[in-house]
Order: sequence, then C-alpha cells, then structure tokens
Amino acid sequence: MSEIIKRSKAMSVSPLKASSPTGAALAFLGIHHAIPMLHGSQGCTAFAKVYFVRHFREPIPLQTTAMDQASSVMGADDNVIQGLATICAKQKPAMIGLPTTGLSETQGTDIARLVKDFYRQHPEYAHVAVIPVNTPDFTGCLETGYALAVKGMFEALVPADRTRVGLRPRQINVVPHASLTPGDTEALKELIESFGLRPVMVPDVGDSLDGHLMPEDYTPLTLGGTPVSEFATLGEAAATIVIGRSLDAAADVLAERTGVPDHRFDHLMGLDANDRLIGVLAEVSGHPVPERIERQRAQYQDALVDCHFMLGMARVAIAADPDLLLGMSEFLKSVGSDIVAAIAPVRAPSLDDVPADKVHIGDLEDLEIAGREGQCQLVIGNSHAVSSAERLGVPILRIGFPQYDLVGGYTRTWIGYRGSRQALFDLANLLLEHHEEHHLIAPYRSIFRPAEAFAELGPATPATAAGGLPIH
Amino acid sequence: MKPSEVAVLLDEPACTHNKKAKSGCSKPTPGASAGGCAFDGAQIALLPIADVAHIVHGPIACAGSSWDNRGTRSTGPTLYRIGMTTDLTEQDVIMGRSEKRLFHSIKQAIETHNPKAVFVYNTCVPALVGDDIDAVCKAATERWGTPVVPVDSAGFYGTKNLGNRIAGEAMVKYVAGTAEPLPPPAAAIEYAEKRGIKIHNVNLIGEYNIAGEFWFIAPLLDELGIRVICTLSGDGRFHEVQSMHRAEVNMMVCSKAMLNVARKLEDRFGTPWFEGSFYGITDTTQALRDFARLIGDPDLTERTEALIAREEAKIFAALKPWRARLEGKRVLLNTGGVKSWSIVSALQDLGLVVVATATKKSTEEDKARIRELMGPEAKMVEDGSPRALLNMVKELRADILIAGGRNLYTALKARLPFLDINQEREFGYAGYTGMLELVKQLALTLESPVWTQARSAAPWAALRPAAPELPLDADDLPMPLDDGFDMDDVHDHHHAAA
Repeated sequence: MSEIIKRSKAMSVSPLKASSPTGAALAFLGIHHAIPMLHGSQGCTAFAKVYFVRHFREPIPLQTTAMDQASSVMGADDNVIQGLATICAKQKPAMIGLPTTGLSETQGTDIARLVKDFYRQHPEYAHVAVIPVNTPDFTGCLETGYALAVKGMFEALVPADRTRVGLRPRQINVVPHASLTPGDTEALKELIESFGLRPVMVPDVGDSLDGHLMPEDYTPLTLGGTPVSEFATLGEAAATIVIGRSLDAAADVLAERTGVPDHRFDHLMGLDANDRLIGVLAEVSGHPVPERIERQRAQYQDALVDCHFMLGMARVAIAADPDLLLGMSEFLKSVGSDIVAAIAPVRAPSLDDVPADKVHIGDLEDLEIAGREGQCQLVIGNSHAVSSAERLGVPILRIGFPQYDLVGGYTRTWIGYRGSRQALFDLANLLLEHHEEHHLIAPYRSIFRPAEAFAELGPATPATAAGGLPIH
Repeated sequence: MKPSEVAVLLDEPACTHNKKAKSGCSKPTPGASAGGCAFDGAQIALLPIADVAHIVHGPIACAGSSWDNRGTRSTGPTLYRIGMTTDLTEQDVIMGRSEKRLFHSIKQAIETHNPKAVFVYNTCVPALVGDDIDAVCKAATERWGTPVVPVDSAGFYGTKNLGNRIAGEAMVKYVAGTAEPLPPPAAAIEYAEKRGIKIHNVNLIGEYNIAGEFWFIAPLLDELGIRVICTLSGDGRFHEVQSMHRAEVNMMVCSKAMLNVARKLEDRFGTPWFEGSFYGITDTTQALRDFARLIGDPDLTERTEALIAREEAKIFAALKPWRARLEGKRVLLNTGGVKSWSIVSALQDLGLVVVATATKKSTEEDKARIRELMGPEAKMVEDGSPRALLNMVKELRADILIAGGRNLYTALKARLPFLDINQEREFGYAGYTGMLELVKQLALTLESPVWTQARSAAPWAALRPAAPELPLDADDLPMPLDDGFDMDDVHDHHHAAA
C-alpha cells in the first residue's frame, strides 16, 4: 500500500486535474442521440467543449444553461427548465445529461427537483431522459464526474427488477471507466463478440467519439453510443463487467437493481487482468477460448521477456486520473519497472494500491519535482506533461485526457493482450531511443591524448598524411 | 593471400593453444558449422578505428548485412560508423572492372570524408577473380597521398578468428612504426610534473570499447600516469596505430586472437607484453599490477597499489547491497575459450555460483584455470547444443544463462533469465565500475517479474485435456545455443591442432 501525500501547497501549478462536470459530460456523450447541458455559465460549457474537440478532433454536442449575473444572484431555475425545453423542441434528443457546476452548486441549485419540475411543466417531453448529476468542480476530477453520471443514469433508467437475470443469456453488460479510449472499448467489444456474446457497453464513448465520417453533414446530438433503450435490458444480461474502481458506486446501483452478477476489474492491462477477463468470458459464454486469443497471449508473454531488458528497473513517472494511474503503474510493475513518481489529481480508492512508495495528490509541477527526485527516465501523462518531460529531459508516453498534440492518441488501444503488447513495445522503444542520455557510459577523454584525436574530420581537403605512408 | 601465408598466420608460436591438443578446434564441417568468416573477423577487429574510411570491396552481401552493427564507441570521429562498399555488380565481375571501381571508391571516400586513412577489406569474389588489391591500395596511396591499407580477408580463407589475425597482421605490416606519437597535451605534462610522476606509454591489443566500457578503465590509467599510445582497436585512431611501436608494454586484453600483433611488436621493437582482462575486480587488479610490474617503476608500483586499495574498497562497498540480492544465484556460463574462466572470476567476485561453464572452445590450460577457480568438481559442458544446455540448466538448477547475444532469444523462448556478454550488448562491464552495471543487469533479469508470467500457462488451459508442456527441455529449438557468433571469437581462436 502506498503512502498518499496530500496537497500541501497553496497554488496548483500546471494542473493535472480536469473538472468533474467535464467528466460527466463525457459519460453522456457515450449515449446515442444525447446532449449534455452543463448547468452553469457559458464558459463552463465552452471550455469543456474545446477540451473535447481538441482531444477527439470531433464536433462535440454540448449545451449550457447560460447563467448570467441576474440568474446567478436571483435564481437560475428558469434557465434549466427553459434550456431543457429548448433542446427538446429543437434537437429532439433521447437523453439530456444535466451536470451541475461549481457556480450552480454554490448558488444552491436543487437539480433533481428542477428535472421533476420540468417534466411537470412539459409532459410532452416525458419520453426524453433527463439525467441530473451533482458535479461541482470543487470536488473530484474528470473520472469522478464521469462515474457520477454513469451512476445517475443507472438510477434514473434501470428498472428495479431482480427477476429477469439471464433472460438474455448472451448479453454481457460492460461499464468502462472514464479513461478507456474508443480504441479500448472497440477492442473489448470485439473480444466479447469472439465468444459469441453480445456486449452492451454503458456508456459507449467508442461508438460515438471514435472519429468516423457519417452520412449526415451536421448533427446537434451524439451519433452512436449506447441507445437509451438498452438501459432497460441491462437487468436481463447474464453478467456485468465493470472496469475501474471509480465505478464501484455505479456498479453497486446496477447490481442492486438488477441482481445481475458483476465482475469488477481495476484495469485490463497486462497478463493477470486479461487472463481473468478471458476466464470470465469463457465461463459466461460456455464458449472455448478462441485460438487467436491463445496466440495473442503467447505473443504478449514473448513481448514481456523481450522488453524486460529495457523496462526492467526503468524509473517511470506517471500522472493520471486514479483508475488509469493504477492500471498503468501495475502494468509497468509487471515488467519490472519502478514507479518513482505517481501523481493523481484527487484522492480515490484506486490510489491505495498503486505500486509506488508514495502517491502525490497534485499537479504536473509535483510530477516534475518527484520525477526529478526519482531520476525518472520516462514520463507518462497527458499532453500538458510534454513540457514537464522536456524540462526533465526524458521522453513521454501520452495517456489520458487531453491529448491535443497527437493525432489518433484518443483512439489508441491499451487493453487486452494486443494493446498491452503494443504498449510494452512503445515504452521500450522510447527508452531505447533515449538510451544515449540515460544508460550509456559517458565518454571519457584521456588527458594524455592530443586534441587531434577528438576532432571530427574536417571538410575534404587535399589529403595530408599524419606521419608516414603505409609500407606497401 | 596464398595458402602458405594463411598457414603461417594459423601457426602462432606465442599461443598456448598451439602447444597442446585443443578440443573443438577442427575445420568447419559443411552442414554443421556456425560462426563468422575471415572477412567478418577482420572487419570486426579494425572497424573501431574511428577516423578511417572502411571500404568493403565486394558484392553487397559482405557489407550489406554487417555494417554499423557494433556496440563499440568513439570519443571523437564517427566516420567508422558509415558503411562503405564497392557493391560489385555482375558487369564489374564479368568485365574485370572491380579493381577500377575500387580505385574510384577510394577516391570517393577521400573526397567526401577526408579520412586519416582508408582500409580496404578484400572479400571472396574479388579474391577469386584475382583483383590485386595490394596494387590498387599502393597506387591510390601514391595518387592521393592518403594512406590506403589493404586487409586481405576473403571469407574463404578461414574462420572469424583467422580474420582477427589477418587484421592484426595488416596493422603490423603496413601501419605500425610509420609515425611518431604526438606529444601529450601540455596540461597532462603539467599534471605529471606537478606530482613528480613519470609518464609511461602502453598499448592495449584486443580491447574494443564495447558500449564504452573502456571509459571505466581510462581514468584509472590517466591517474597512474599510464598513457595509452594505441588501443587496437576500440576508440582508436589511425595515427595511434602508426605510433604503437613506442609503447613500453603491450597488454593483450582478454584475447588470444591478435597474439600475433603482440609477438611481432616484441620481435620488431622489443616490447614486452602480458595477457590480462578487465572483467571482474580480481582481473582488473591483476592487469594494473602487471602493467606496474612490466614497466618496473617502483613509484608506479606504489601508486598502483594505493589506487587498487582505494578502488577495491569503493567497489566492494558499492556492491554490498547488490551482493546480498545476488549471492548464491546459480549461473550457467556458455562462452568459449578464455572467457570461460575470465568471466567466472568476475561472477565469483559478486558471490554468484557458476554451476557449469561451456568448454567446447577451451584449451587444456583454460580447463585447468576453470578447475582452479571452480574447484575440482567443476562441471564442464562440451555439448553446446540447445537441448544439452537447457537440460543442464534444469539438472543443475541454474537461475540464469550467460552467453552471447545470438543465444538471447533461444534462452528467452525457454523462459530463462539471460545476460548478454557479446559485442552488440549495450552495457559496459569492464573495470571496477563496470561491475556495478553487471550486477544491475543481473538483478534486472533475475528478479524480473516477467518470468512467472512468461511461464504461466493460460488459466483456462487446465480446463482442456492435454495442454502441452512448457519447453524447458525443448528438443527442437530453432537455432543452436552455441552458434559461435559472438565476442568469444574475438577473444578466442580456432586453428588446426598442431
């Protein structure tokens, strides 16, 4: 168990944290024909929108209750009702996600009551699922907000009926944590399908934000993602797979309401986690493990031994949201690396098991300080950590949110035997490329050697033999 | 090169291998041979000379798959890392134009890179069609005034070890003694005068500065006032080879392959020499003492002993925590010849137990040394086949296999921790400081969590009938564990038993 070092400075420098309303919005973006509307000032939405646009390189549907000075002081309840009605009338969404913000929470909004008021005033929109969620940005981080939104959706949309478990014997529910990428969820779905099972991913950011061209030239809502109608089927599945401890509370709600047995994973990187996943899938499906997967497992083992020469004892600094931090650091530990700096933006249960002596609740400045202290050879973090890595003079592997200086980073696959194998290769290659600075013996120039010995050869001049010519 | 000349090179009077029957030193058997050719050996031996243009005269196979493939490093020029070959075409061969192409290639190398010298490596095809590379080199030297040295090293002349010797022969014959050493920098002279130290000049023969490991040794020699006139050939310079006749002592570094160089320098210039190694604390200390002994300067001897005491104390203290981690770990060593014992002492310095060592390429003397180091019960492995080695690993409960890098992936397929000690390795192990890197790399692989994972069968496999066994005793590993294609060949040599 690691020692958790709490934030001890006044100012956050080079912040690692993204806000919890932003995370909640992400969860709603994984639902089909949905739009999140942040209850706050316009800026709350605008910043979140730009954040995701730069990361996913996609148009992002996101609305705002547009609280202004008057409504901030006098009450913004009307903004919410009006905003919901406007979206319902204009966009005809299947779901509106309604995360609060620091502004509306400080003001004291009762967002759940407002949703009831809305349905009372607008019975014509009773078919639109409006999901309120309390996500003040002074609590938690992206991962937290996402988990709260998922929990909110389960509470609002999953019927409390424990009698229907297994009516859909081939259905398996999957609840992925915030930092799994579209590439991850896509790979996971394919894996589950290879056992003859039907995965229902909730939410399914991979289906909506994977970056695909569509027949429509413009849509104000999400295209792709989990259909709202699927929430009613979750109780009929044979099993649920939950990835990430941040989702524990949400998973508890789902299990409590449906009685569907769940299998919880901290992450899906490395051998152990994937062995367990394949075991679960084989058991639930009664389907033999496909040979292709056996092969991928053997390939992963081979990559492990090949890469341990570079990654063994490698000193790594990681900054990420808690679930991703735990997954990445356990993965690196499994190949013999040392986590010399582990930074998370907020306290979370995942942090207790991060295989590092200390986990700092902090920012990228803390990453830099701890990384320097631990003489890290590699930084793992988001695009903001690139400059930290530069200042440390070490390479960086980009993970998490946001990745705005890299095309396709958002959709990279990290999970499964294959994703883990590629991660091993990329990590090892980063160290190999920077081998020079960190491993190589520093050149030593003997004091007795004349300066001539160290000079690079000059431009071509008529040759002058140094001394005599060879004895031919 | 005439067969008679090859025979002379093979008959090395200074070599102990020449006096006693040597196991495993037979002519290569078609269909059952591995290891490099004479060209390979010659190129490997000289390529580290950094300010020379190394031209491989032949069709592409010789240079194409071998250039820039070494771990040797330079403090200055990087010309040696540029691959150059005449890349002969069919037309060149048929029409007899290869000599002309070589002549123009030399010109091109000189005009583009302004090298201190050009080395021309002969290969099989031009040797067979009868190119006179000696004449071309001579003409080119006269024409452009840049030294051009022929290294007549066609692959079919013999093994890689013969190639090492051919390379050494070319240096002694064409280069050594053609220039005087430059004076040391004023600062160095001042350093010596201030301390009342006399500067002594030495050569190192067969030291290749793999991964820069000689830089662990060089500061110690500097401190003692021992000036290395020439290293043949790690981080070497052409001018230094030219002036190597001015050394007071030559050290043959962990190698018999270039013994001919030491012997001929002794014959021609009267330089005494000794054999030594910089691997391990014991051997490094011994090498420093041998320098002092042969130089015969009492002041140097005294300072050497002080330095040894200081460095040994320092390294033993630094190794202490590592020793605790590695003590008692069991090693199977699969290297040839000289290394079969020189590395043993380094490992024993670290508290490891060498359970067996391969002796396929070792002489009777080598074996005697092994018994001396490992006790009369020392297990020697004659059969270097993968099956025999892996069975041995199992039988002797070895924790790690130490061998050349070509064996790496075979060991890994057998899920066996492995340490690479060949020339392509990326870590330097020489001297006192190198031991720290050695322990780190040993611990890295021995303690790695990947082995349990790599050995684990899929959990669901138990549910299926007849899962295949893991191949710790695999009969059919794809390549021989002992393919002879590593540093051992530079450090060792084969020749027909006398």
